[in-house]
Amino acid sequence: MQTTEPLLRVQGLAKTFRMYHLDSMLHAFEGISFDLHAGEFLLLKGRNGAGKSTLLRTLWRSYLPVDGHIWYRSQLGMIDLARAADVDIALLRRQEIGFVTQFLNARPRVAAQDIVAEPLRLAGHAPDAALEQARHWLGEFGVRPELWRAYPSTFSGGEQQKVNLARALILPQRLLLLDEPTASLDAGARAALVRRLADLKSSGVAIIGVFHHPGDVAQLIDREIDLATRVIADDSERIDHVAL
Amino acid sequence: MSIDMSVSPAPLLPPQLMQTEALLTMRGLSRSYGAVRALRNVDVTVYPGEVMGVVGESGSGKSTLLRMMNLEDTPDRGDYRLRLPDRDDCNLFDLGRYQRRMLCAHHIGIVYQNPHLGLLMRHSSSGNVAERLLIAGERSFDVLRSKARDALDASEFPLARMDARPAELSGGMQQRVQLAKAIALEPALLLLDEPTTGLDVSVQALVLDTLKRLQRDRHITMVLVSHDLGVIRTMADRVLVMRHGEVVEQGLADQVFQDPQHPYTQQLVHAKL
Repeated sequence: MQTTEPLLRVQGLAKTFRMYHLDSMLHAFEGISFDLHAGEFLLLKGRNGAGKSTLLRTLWRSYLPVDGHIWYRSQLGMIDLARAADVDIALLRRQEIGFVTQFLNARPRVAAQDIVAEPLRLAGHAPDAALEQARHWLGEFGVRPELWRAYPSTFSGGEQQKVNLARALILPQRLLLLDEPTASLDAGARAALVRRLADLKSSGVAIIGVFHHPGDVAQLIDREIDLATRVIADDSERIDHVAL
Repeated sequence: MSIDMSVSPAPLLPPQLMQTEALLTMRGLSRSYGAVRALRNVDVTVYPGEVMGVVGESGSGKSTLLRMMNLEDTPDRGDYRLRLPDRDDCNLFDLGRYQRRMLCAHHIGIVYQNPHLGLLMRHSSSGNVAERLLIAGERSFDVLRSKARDALDASEFPLARMDARPAELSGGMQQRVQLAKAIALEPALLLLDEPTTGLDVSVQALVLDTLKRLQRDRHITMVLVSHDLGVIRTMADRVLVMRHGEVVEQGLADQVFQDPQHPYTQQLVHAKL
């Protein structure tokens, strides 16, 4: 049982999409509550459509929750991500919270190494040092050196995903949200990802992830939430029901 | 830091703000032209270093709003403040013509969709940039030439052509000259009014790259008006959606595009090819 203050406390979170053109509401989830501590790895499970990715995007604030709280203990103080001002969310995204999707937003005419270095540049790192780090992580994820200066918009899905991961994980965060990051990766890149996640976890980064093949990260998982059955299971076999 | 999380604090409305102070604040802007209400009680806040995208259909008030930010027009009602290190806080609409011109020369750059609005087409490209520096008080020929060259270079304009007249240049090159003129004095605020509309797709991508790099390297705050949602999605951190002179929605760019809240925004996002 954790005794320290949680990094994240989700209370009664609910998300519904209102679709005006259909004059209907699409219910995603409601009553989601859980705590997450520094260095914990939480796996979200559930069938397709159970709301796993929707929950991640709601925590990231791409989706606006309709009810509930997302209390996050930032370095600047406590903040409710469900209601925080956009500018605060933008700041936290730059400094403390990361989100890894399975899709790279490859801008035309921007080299792979520049895409990867960008989070460091935006955080104020010197250009040369940022590029050096970018090349290191591109190499770690198995992107061949001859591609580092090429434009990823022409890469295969797997190569784009490696660039995406290098960019997303280059800057250590305090909270990391992972939405199927291993999709379309080869074995070498999957192993590099697991190594990186293990390092981040041991340095205290809290991680919430959705994985198509959870076996890839089995040794990192501390707890699981099954969104279909609303059951939380931790590594000591204790089972709680998600508060409703 | 020890924080008790066992007690649920009351919901915080309006949202709490951690530390960031706004660069630009506009409150209650309304402007009518005869029977046409171009702006209706518009509130805008822009924070340092961000790109604020403004979208909406033709006639929604986007460009009118940008003209207000550039102090080219005065609203019927409203308050406009910029947080600048060397200036007292005041409603900028209270300033006289000369004060407005000086403030804009030093602190606000603008790139128009139509280069004819922003450039003297029969002067050289470097002369166009130098003109902005002259208004700001620079008089040394060598300094004017050097600073104009730097600004053109930062805008990725081919320096071999810096003495060519804009009338002799392509649309993409004309936009780069406008951009160089706009950033020559390192403004606090860069206003972009449909800067890539009418350009070929490849040229559009080049101009957007340049803007993105300027934002990354110089942390220039930008307000970008465009009807092209792809451009806004590529560039903007936050988005303001306008319709019939009103702000109907604003939010983080990814939220506005992925989870639009207003029926008009949903219609706009779903209409994108």
